[in-house]
Amino acid sequence: MAEAARQRTKHVVATLAEMPPGTRKLVTIGKREIALFNIDGEFFAVLDRCPHQQGSLCKGKLIGLVESKEPGEYRYSRPQQIVRCPWHGWEFDLRTGQSQVDPSSIRVRPYPVEVADGSTVKQGPYRAEVFDVHVEDQYVVIAV
Amino acid sequence: MTPPTAPVLDRTDADRTAKNALAIADCDVHVVPGDMQKELFPFLEKRWQDHIATYGTRPRQGFAGGPAYPKGQPDAARRDAYPPNGGKPGSNLNFMRTHHLDPLNVQMAVLNPLRTGQGMQNLECATAFSRAINDWQVAEWTSKEPRTKGSVVVTYEDTPAAVQEIEARAGDPNFVQVLLLSRSAEPFGQKRYLPMFEAAAASGLPVGIHAFGYGGAPVSGGGWPSYYLEEMIGHAQCQQALLMSLVMEGVFERCPDLKVVLVEAGFAWLPSLCWRMDKLWARMRDEVPHVKRPPSEYVREQVWLTTQPMEEPEVKPHLLDTVNWIGWDKLLFATDYPHWDFDHPDHALPVRVTEEQQTGFFLQNALDLYKPQPVV
Repeated sequence: MAEAARQRTKHVVATLAEMPPGTRKLVTIGKREIALFNIDGEFFAVLDRCPHQQGSLCKGKLIGLVESKEPGEYRYSRPQQIVRCPWHGWEFDLRTGQSQVDPSSIRVRPYPVEVADGSTVKQGPYRAEVFDVHVEDQYVVIAV
Repeated sequence: MTPPTAPVLDRTDADRTAKNALAIADCDVHVVPGDMQKELFPFLEKRWQDHIATYGTRPRQGFAGGPAYPKGQPDAARRDAYPPNGGKPGSNLNFMRTHHLDPLNVQMAVLNPLRTGQGMQNLECATAFSRAINDWQVAEWTSKEPRTKGSVVVTYEDTPAAVQEIEARAGDPNFVQVLLLSRSAEPFGQKRYLPMFEAAAASGLPVGIHAFGYGGAPVSGGGWPSYYLEEMIGHAQCQQALLMSLVMEGVFERCPDLKVVLVEAGFAWLPSLCWRMDKLWARMRDEVPHVKRPPSEYVREQVWLTTQPMEEPEVKPHLLDTVNWIGWDKLLFATDYPHWDFDHPDHALPVRVTEEQQTGFFLQNALDLYKPQPVV
């Protein structure tokens, strides 16, 4: 698949300390704006622009997944893992980037995120110009 | 209602939009007093301040707190449209400048207040409130920001009061249109409303008719629908009904200088409605002898439509067919800022058009129709 073959570079975008669970941050990597979320200790990142009309997903509300077999009955799961565009409400699964409305053909690009120790980051190859990297701290790293 | 907490952001929308953004007119911007007591009450006589404090404002439509909107979008607004210093979306001029007017290069914004007296059952209170909203538009918006132009809000269910307010504001460069809501007690072409349309035509002010309203009838012709979706899609139906009424009752024939703008009605339905009106008028015109010309001719000459919510056909070139029929000079660009179903000018027209069509669509049609004048 073309995606897997593409070379990615890793960018340090935040310290773990500044992003406790429930927080989010808009980061710029090169020309891309990426919305980064800490949901219950797990990090997710998607391209900030909604594929509909380019609304900023970082300003959107986080919701769960509602599924229903019939009127009057519903099931709620995956709390906080769906982001809703602040403009027209289009919904995207933060794990896969897929839209709720048409998962097979409309999606927002997700980016792999990891938490790396300062010692690893110091070794590289990471882009970390804006951070003073300390070996004892941990950092949030996005691969673009 | 507490606004949702905004996430920490590193840049403003001003940075996002291209430096040389296309100049646009925005023919549907919603403004609301940030603080009713401080901003609106100074324009209300004490008698009405006391009345509202004691009895409240009783709506025409029973069991309705207000117009239907999806509650997942508080205040029916974009979640990023809350002024940073507090207040509802659309209540703060400085924030509207930095968040909307400047980055989107808005040359003219037509203000369409929606929290007006037009839904009140007590008509005298409604008239006082509407007059105060008109004074408030001048004090808080149009006298301070030349790009904004007001709408003369009138209580259309009280025709003599509406006529009086139109005549009082005629010639005032703070205003570019009269504002009605689409769901009226009776279809707008009916006789009781005619003096209001005559007054508007005489004043030179187009009549903007915006979606929603408090007529008391369901949005559909078959009872009250179950879902918000139906209410929203139904705006188009309401506007088709009132347009038919204006044509068939002869309002356009009687008022050749009357110009009507259908706001937030959609527009892709216009060709099929006109075909149907023309076809049936051709056979049954003896029922309406006062309608001397084919209905589509009145529509072509006297009706404009705003573009929001923009149609989104699966096959984008179908949009071209539709607008070619309607006329590239008949559509007026609007964003509906700050509402959640806002259209961004960069993405609203996803088809290739000529430069003349583009300039007309986004700006010139509005300037030609409204002819905004500076306020001295």
